[in-house]
Amino acid sequence: MNAQNQILVALAVASAGSLGFIAAYALRAGSHYEGLAFAVSAAALSYAAAVWARLLPVERVTDPIESYPSPREERQQSSLELETDLAAVTRYKVLRRWLSVAISLFAVSVVVPLRSLGPAPGRALFGTKWRRGDRIAREDGSLIRVNDMNVDSTLTVFPEHAVGDAQSQAVLIRLPVELTPQTGGYIAYSRLCTHAGCPVALYRASVKQLFCPCHQSAFDVTNDGAVVAGPADHALPRLPIAIGEDGFVHATGDFPEPVGPGFWERG
Amino acid sequence: MIRRLFLWLDDRLGTAHAVRTALHKAFPDHWSFMLGEINLYAFVVLVATGTFLALFFDPNAAQSPYDGPYRMLAGAHVSHAFASTMALSFEVRGGLLIRQVHHWTALVFVCGIIVHMGRVFFTGAFRKPRELNWVVGVTLCVVGLLAGFTGYSLPDDLLSGIGLRIADSVALSVPLIGTWASFLLLGGPFPTTQMLPRLFVLHVYLVPLTIAALIALHLAILWRQKHSQFPGPGRTERNVAGSPMVPQYAAKSLALFVAVVAVVVALGAFVQINPIWLWGPYEPWRALVPAQPDWYVGWLDGALRLGPPLALHLFGHTVPSPFWPAVLMPLFLFGVILLWPWIEGWITADQAYHQLLDRPRDVPARTAFGVAVLTFAGGLTLAGSGDVQARYLHQSIVVITHFYQVFCLVGPLVAFVVTYAFAGELRRLERHPQVQRVELHRNVEGGYDEDAIA
Repeated sequence: MNAQNQILVALAVASAGSLGFIAAYALRAGSHYEGLAFAVSAAALSYAAAVWARLLPVERVTDPIESYPSPREERQQSSLELETDLAAVTRYKVLRRWLSVAISLFAVSVVVPLRSLGPAPGRALFGTKWRRGDRIAREDGSLIRVNDMNVDSTLTVFPEHAVGDAQSQAVLIRLPVELTPQTGGYIAYSRLCTHAGCPVALYRASVKQLFCPCHQSAFDVTNDGAVVAGPADHALPRLPIAIGEDGFVHATGDFPEPVGPGFWERG
Repeated sequence: MIRRLFLWLDDRLGTAHAVRTALHKAFPDHWSFMLGEINLYAFVVLVATGTFLALFFDPNAAQSPYDGPYRMLAGAHVSHAFASTMALSFEVRGGLLIRQVHHWTALVFVCGIIVHMGRVFFTGAFRKPRELNWVVGVTLCVVGLLAGFTGYSLPDDLLSGIGLRIADSVALSVPLIGTWASFLLLGGPFPTTQMLPRLFVLHVYLVPLTIAALIALHLAILWRQKHSQFPGPGRTERNVAGSPMVPQYAAKSLALFVAVVAVVVALGAFVQINPIWLWGPYEPWRALVPAQPDWYVGWLDGALRLGPPLALHLFGHTVPSPFWPAVLMPLFLFGVILLWPWIEGWITADQAYHQLLDRPRDVPARTAFGVAVLTFAGGLTLAGSGDVQARYLHQSIVVITHFYQVFCLVGPLVAFVVTYAFAGELRRLERHPQVQRVELHRNVEGGYDEDAIA
């Protein structure tokens, strides 16, 4: 087929594709048909343009590069002029100094309103909502009694008055009772990875390790949350818990150190 | 008709000469000069599809129970951001196609930028007088990454929420200003209700405006300096030869534009991307396993996985471990890339104008350096999916991580040496036939004698 006929066919296909797209859209045929028709139309147009480009007479142009650098005299003259002009403005030494002071302060005052964007960090990252005596609740707010969990199972938990609080999220694990006899086998850690703040959502009961799915840090549950592997640089904070006389698991205080990833003021 | 418009304009603006010169501007014919255009056209598609999406998307973080047609999530507590993205995908006519085309085009956009950068780097097109445009281009690459990241963070699904959480932890790791930066950017400790509206402003206003301005600058500088070119007959350090822009080059370029559209629309139609209904809404205590970001963020995620568990404690302050792989390393890497024209100029003591391009094999040290950098970035990117590889290879993730740690340190050195040797070998191979070139002399009988040229 010669080039003109190829273009003709391609343009016919492109038109059919566009009509097809309009029809698919009108009939709510869904993204597959809409996309197919549209892509066919565009591809056929592209083919037509590419063949058309080959039909055009071959033409060669050669442009000289002459826009840079400027002729020597022009360069000399204008750079000198610029220097002289600037010198005329800035020759008053004291004024020049004050000018830079004023401009700097002006620049600072322009960015000062950025302070409105957020509160001062203060102690916000140093504590969570856990308080002494808070009973431990599931995501749905229900409380946990001592017999609710099987050995080697885990739960995502919150203080009963702050269910869903990102910073306070903790993982409650029931270990074989001989590992933590004081709390009936229960142990709780912050659920925020100390590396980049992802939830340490995986628990491997066989090795008693919590595992972060984001960057694969692993923490030893039986050794105070110490880092066993991965890029995390410090242990998972442990939530102090006890079993009340009423049988509810509760916290005996907040985490002893800031939870989540490190930051400059953390010390 | 066209002629009348031309004359009408010239009557008022005196543009006859300028338009004529512009239309006949010489474009080099080599295919690699069209790589940058892919990004230009991808940007056009992104603005068009993005505008459509922005008319439906609602960045509000307020929660309500989901009651759309996707029944698997019926009643789930989702933000307006998530719900409006769901509505775009399932209720707005043509919405899913446009959303998927937008996301695919973003991937193509960043990919195209990096390939185009590779062309400019490996052929030495960044040398004097084009250092400025190299800097504009590298900046475009960084802003392009930012555009992608702010975009896929918007739907408030589980993957995007985890990505934001990690980004916030990286911000927190910056010494001195990190905590303040995090609080000012998000409006408080992560997660906040302001973060999505703010990302939205960045993604639909500040970032694309910056990209548009940089593209304009990139093209203006290109126009003024004209294209570089590969050596050839009639091509010198003070000219540029090729096809005229109109009509020959314009036809080719138009073909490329619609080809880009065809590819991204086909991808958007047939290859599912970011199905947020499978990830579910973001809840800060849920995780997605495995979780991989868009491909161009993979190198940073990989770097975070490979980084040493090393926090620096000084004078009662902490520099946490994410700082080294996710802040310092990228700053250093992009710093070297940004300053490369001057670094190379300093090493080679070369201050001359360069209109003619190098073939990669002819400058083996630069080529080897570029391949080493790509090997490093490639290793990091692969490490970003180490957990998936561990599962398919039945290996411990610890083994995989150690492998990539070694790979990223040793691989670039090996790549450098191999590339350097390979470039030399390529040049030797083509020098061989030159030995057999001959000089012809007319002899007294009227025939020719040959003399071999050494």
